[in-house]
This record gives sequence, C-alpha cells and structure tokens, in this order.
Amino acid sequence: MIKKNRDIYIIFSIFILFFIVNIVYLSLGWLDLWGNGLGIITGAAFTLAMYSFLYKDNPVFKIAENLFVGVAMGYWIVITWFNILKPDVFETLIVPIFKDTGKAPQFTILFPTLLGIFMLLRFSKKLAWLSRWSFAFIVGLGAGITIPNFIHAFILKQLTFDSLFSTSIPVSINNFLVLLGVVSVLIYFFFSVEHKGVVGGVSVIGVWFLMIAFGASFGYTVMARMSLLIGRIQFLIRDWLGLLQ
Amino acid sequence: MIERLINIDRRFIFLLVAMAVTIPLLAKFNLPVRATKDVESIYYKIDSLPKNSHILIAFDYDPASKEELQPMADALLHHCYRKDIKVVGMTLNPGGTGLAVSAIESIGKEYGKTKGTDFVFLGYKTGVELVMINMGENIFSAFPEDFHGNATIDLPVLNGIDSLEDFDYVVDLASGSSIEAWIAFGKEKYGFDLGAGCTAVIGPDMYPFLQSKQLNGLMSGLRGAAEYEILIDRESTAVAGMSPQSVVHVLVVLFVLFGNTMYFMSKRKR
Repeated sequence: MIKKNRDIYIIFSIFILFFIVNIVYLSLGWLDLWGNGLGIITGAAFTLAMYSFLYKDNPVFKIAENLFVGVAMGYWIVITWFNILKPDVFETLIVPIFKDTGKAPQFTILFPTLLGIFMLLRFSKKLAWLSRWSFAFIVGLGAGITIPNFIHAFILKQLTFDSLFSTSIPVSINNFLVLLGVVSVLIYFFFSVEHKGVVGGVSVIGVWFLMIAFGASFGYTVMARMSLLIGRIQFLIRDWLGLLQ
Repeated sequence: MIERLINIDRRFIFLLVAMAVTIPLLAKFNLPVRATKDVESIYYKIDSLPKNSHILIAFDYDPASKEELQPMADALLHHCYRKDIKVVGMTLNPGGTGLAVSAIESIGKEYGKTKGTDFVFLGYKTGVELVMINMGENIFSAFPEDFHGNATIDLPVLNGIDSLEDFDYVVDLASGSSIEAWIAFGKEKYGFDLGAGCTAVIGPDMYPFLQSKQLNGLMSGLRGAAEYEILIDRESTAVAGMSPQSVVHVLVVLFVLFGNTMYFMSKRKR
C-alpha cells in the first residue's frame, strides 16, 4: 500500500513539474503555444509518458500507448483513403457511374476491389470462405513474381564473384574469409554427417563465424536503440527545454 | 555483496544510460567522425551527376525510425538541391508520407526550389513489389497523381522520365525489408544504380549486397547519417548524436564486462 502510494506521488509530482515548466516557458515566451509550442509540449508529454514505463508500468504509459496506436491507425486510414482508395477506386469506378465526369467507369477495377472486400469477409462465419479466393490469388501471384526474381537476385548474383585473388591483399583476404565463412557455416548446419574429424573442425570455425555475426548484429542493434533514445533526448533538451541550439 | 550487485535494480542501469546520453549532449564535446567507403560511394555518385539529373528517393520508413533515417534524408536532400538535381520522392510506407513531404518541401524552399519543377513527392502506394514493377513499366501509371493531387504527366520535374530505368540514381531509405525488394524487383530488373540507407538493426544484413555490387553504397544507422553530414559539410543532429552514441557504447561494454565478471565470481563462490 505504501509502495503504491509512493508511485502515485512520484507520477503526480512529475505531472506537476511538467505543468510548471510549460507554464514558465509559455509565460516567458520561450514556447509559442499557437506556433509550434502546442505540438512540442504534446510531443514532450508523450515522450515522458512512454519512458515512464522504465520506472514501472503505469496508467499514464497505458494512455500514451493506446493513443499512439489509435493515432497511427487513424493516420494510416486517412493516407490509404487519399492515396489509394479515392484516386484508384472511388474516382475511377464509383463516381463515373453516378456522375458524368467525361470519363468512362473503369470496370476492370471491380476485380481487385472485390478481392479486397472478400478479405474482410473473414469476420463473417457464413462468408469467410470467400476470403480464400483473395488469399489464393495473393499467394499465387506473390510466388510467381517473387520466386524467379529472388533466385536471380539473392542466390545467383551472390554466387558470382570476380576472383578469389585480387591485386589488393586486403581484398583477397576478405574474399577468402567470406568463402571460408559461407562454407564453414553451411557445414555447421549440415546434419547428415556426424561432426567429427575434418567436418567437426570446419563446423567449429562455422560456430565462430556465427558468433561474430551475432555480435555484430547485437552491436548494431544497441546502436539503433540508442539512436532512438538520443533523438528523443535531443528533442527534449533542444526543442522543448531550449538548452541546446 | 556480489549477490546484491548481480540483482541490482534495472532502473539504476536506465538512469546511467540516460546520463550517458544527456551529459555529452549538454557538454557538447565532439568526437571525430570519418566517412567510410560505403557512405562515400553514395556521396560521390550524387556528386558526379550533372545538373538536372533525376534522383528517386524512396522514404520507406515511419516515425518509429525517424531518428535514424530522417537525418539521412535531410543530408541527401541538401546535397541534391545544392547540385541542382531534380528530386522525385515516394514511399511504400503510409507512415512515411508526413516525414517525406515535410523534408522534401522545407529543404527545397531553403534552396529556392519550386514544387513540380525541381521536386515532387509522389505519395504512397501499396503493394511494394507490384508498385516497383508498375513504376518500371510506366511511372505515370503507377502514380497518376502526386501527393497533392496534381496530374504527374503535366509536371515539368518528370520531363524525360517514363520509367524506373530513366532515373540517374535511386536511393532507398528503409526501416524494413524494402531494400531487398528494390534490389530484386527494381535494380535487377531495370538496371539503375541503387544506394541505400537503413536502420542499424538491418545494416549487417545489407553488407552482402555491397560485395555483390547490387548496392553501390550504404548508410547504416545514425552513424551513416553522421558520415553523410560530414561529407556535405553540414553537421547537424546526426553528428551531434555521435558523442552520446560513443559514450553509451563504452557504457554497454562496461555493463557486459561487469555482468560477466560478477557472474563468474558468484559461480566460483558457490
């Protein structure tokens, strides 16, 4: 009970502090409410609300999280309407049917539109079977387009290399390492032969390559996550608090 | 004592990370950033393009990756406008429209560029691979109107452009798997030069495409953006973010060493 009260006091104190800071900044004219000030204050509030989760899960975080999902979905719907549904379906098929726009309605659009509507019928128990037509079309089309292009771009192109030995020694060493890495990792994942003797030795080299690759991925992931934090803190201390120029 | 250190409150670690980011930003100390060959390849490619060449920039990211990819987009746009290159923007991510249109138009304004004549933002289309194939056949069929509803066929900025192969250079700024799609369905099919910028998370997966020359250059994460800012001699948010980045990396290495030392010490004690 004492702990719960302490959490409420902490959240309430931060809220009051945030309110005071904004009032001071607005009254001193450091933030222009009707310029970009309202957007900055809202952004700062939501940034702090999101990071409040690091202390503990709390209602402020939950509100911000749900608002983020809702706003993002609303934005996606508006963009999809104005960029796709309105120009490609509404104005080319539906409007010309009911109004003389000087353009004939494009009935070919009916086919993809219907397939799109069929996908939404998964919500109906009686008509859900129609969605399989849409999925069958997507899977068939996707496989037909993707398989030959992927084989060409990601397998055949990756298999070709000019020469193992280059005029530059570092490039030759790099080429050799790439070849060694690919072969040893493939042997590590080849389970039809027992990993003993030469095969066992090469598969151990493969494990080393895998560990180095995982380490590189981890390093890059840390960099990515920290970049997001740096960006948010830059926003708070530069755009909101004006401590940085 | 060891047990206490192993079970340290995770919030203490968060606090140290926050301090490691905030203090270098406020102290404004700069560590040197040197451009790598992969980022230079993009810079030199754009720098070698003659006036009025056409570049297509795909803003395939949303606000969740803004901190890493928007500085790249800004730096690229500054470079293109300085070189009087015509910029055509588009996105395959609906969340990217706002970021893309504001960057293209606000930076274009700084250089006195005109919408529709010097730059255009085509907007968002769904379908990823199908959009690329459609653009490869006929760009006006894929995007009959730009983001603001103007007929693309009438836009002077697209004079001389019929399909993807007419672009002098294409750059994909991606937070997802769109770079692979641009390689398979764009570069390999229509033969244009392709550069890419991506989040650091997917950076390691992109290096094989550099070696196979399917990408001519790569900017990876905030560091890639900082390197490009250095190359165009316009240090901004990405360069400012590199000092805290380095401090935090040192801190993470210390955490890893500390965690492992404590683990082995506690094991020996048992």
